[in-house]
Amino acid sequence: MSGQLVLRGRVAARLGDNIDTDLIYPGRYLNITDREKTAEHLFELAWPEIRARLAPGDFIVAGRNFGCGSSREQATAALKYAGAGAVIAPSFARIFYRNSINLGLPAVVSPEAAAGAEAGDELEIDLVAGRIRNITRNLTVSAAPLDPRAVELLQAGGLIPYLKKKYSSAA
Amino acid sequence: MGMTIAEKILARASGRTTVAPDEIVVAAVDLAMSHENADLVRKSFKEIGVPRVWDPEKIVIILDHRVPAESEKTATTHKAIREFVSEQGIRHFYDVGRGGICHQVLAENGHVKPGMVVVGTDSHTTTHGAFGAFATGIGATEMAGVWTEGKLWFKVPSTIRILVDGEMRPWVSAKDLILYIIGKLGADGADYRAVEFDGPAIRKMTVASRMVLANLAMEMGAKVAFTPVEGLEPDPDARYERVLEIDVERNVVEPQVACPHQVDNVKPLSALGDVPVDQAVLGSCTNGRLEDLELAARILAGRRVHARTRLLIIPASQKIYLDAIRLGYLAAFVEAGAMINPPGCGPCVGVHQGILAGGETCISSTNRNFIGRMGSKDSNVYLASPAVVAASAVAGRIAHPAEILKPPEVTS
Repeated sequence: MSGQLVLRGRVAARLGDNIDTDLIYPGRYLNITDREKTAEHLFELAWPEIRARLAPGDFIVAGRNFGCGSSREQATAALKYAGAGAVIAPSFARIFYRNSINLGLPAVVSPEAAAGAEAGDELEIDLVAGRIRNITRNLTVSAAPLDPRAVELLQAGGLIPYLKKKYSSAA
Repeated sequence: MGMTIAEKILARASGRTTVAPDEIVVAAVDLAMSHENADLVRKSFKEIGVPRVWDPEKIVIILDHRVPAESEKTATTHKAIREFVSEQGIRHFYDVGRGGICHQVLAENGHVKPGMVVVGTDSHTTTHGAFGAFATGIGATEMAGVWTEGKLWFKVPSTIRILVDGEMRPWVSAKDLILYIIGKLGADGADYRAVEFDGPAIRKMTVASRMVLANLAMEMGAKVAFTPVEGLEPDPDARYERVLEIDVERNVVEPQVACPHQVDNVKPLSALGDVPVDQAVLGSCTNGRLEDLELAARILAGRRVHARTRLLIIPASQKIYLDAIRLGYLAAFVEAGAMINPPGCGPCVGVHQGILAGGETCISSTNRNFIGRMGSKDSNVYLASPAVVAASAVAGRIAHPAEILKPPEVTS
């Protein structure tokens, strides 16, 4: 699934503005360094049910400034390894946004989609064209097209595989 | 066309004569700082597979989030970091008992110089803008890329200039000013942007107080934040996205408090009413410096912490700890019934040394009051200045320092 530029999935949850990284992934679990294991604590403090509800490839739709607060990469890892296919929001906090590019979890900027999509809706996201089709509601809205650099990293599966390839072929 | 401070530094670091907002540049990194998450960085770095870090002299690792190790898991993390540091010849490593909170240690030991590009795997890396560095937080995987290549891409941020004039009123500190600004601009009011603080009121501030501004600018989303540094001025014709003018005397008339559960939920102290306090925390990369402890010592000397309140005090570094011992502050705290925690992040990250139970309320000089940040998801954290924290510990409820003590003669 990783690296695809057109994603299809269901909205698993709709969240509000300023969802901080402590809500996404509590600080008490920061000493978990195994990326897959971070998924066990996704949204644990406030909405532990979201994790159970997430099917592989499902989307999280949120309000402004998603991922504000700490630089903890576990927030991105927990979403990715719990199965989220993308997060859609009108805006992201900058460190979360960069972490998402680096871990290969698409963070899709779209005020319109974030306003219009409800939990359960089925969406198709074209990351390069910057287009989100809400299949359930028969609506198409725009999104910020992914930067070419982000596309390259996403297709490589994230920054680690990208650099691994770069330096092994250079050797 | 003239450049802002952020633009000047990125132009230099990317080998260009000028840069403009929204351009993507690849900048050479001058300093790369990590704390316990150096273990995550190490794992990503090993996965990339290059044998050596790009420059061991430019990497600084400081253990602070869980010191001393609170669990076997953390002890294992610390051990892995020590082994990696030794393997890679990283000299600038501050182990348990040798340093303190990463941002304080970096500053105290002169690692940061004006004009540098500094990245840290900690969001409050913006603090080093008080020393004229383009300093920003990144994630662990991105840091593994920096350890590999010594460079990083940046989108050149637009800049918000905040000019502050007027005299600070008694009991109004840098913390109150920045909380006021965050309350006005909102939690994403400076997202992706650089902030330049300037004006007579800023230029009168101590370095420690300037660090408070740059540190907390992160809580309105800032990528970097600068306070004035000699020799690193913006061009007179620099372009700003927005210029904000504040008269601190008129606009910030009393201490400010960030109420649960967002840092931008800021109210003047007098608007709070009666808020009983179970725990008071004085410390963190935001407000655990000597001037903060001094103020608290003045308020607490000869008084007792209220029976219903626990007061935890955490000097930000070993150096500050020692200074506070020599100056008698720690004796005053212990006599008042406070507990002194070792230099480090303490309970701010919700790991150890003062976790809150459900239904408890904490007044804290730290930087975040998110749901569950310091323990139970049903606890409440209020953020305020060190003086308000100390006064509240004595009163057993959120209190104005003037209730406890006459105003200090000199404020800055």
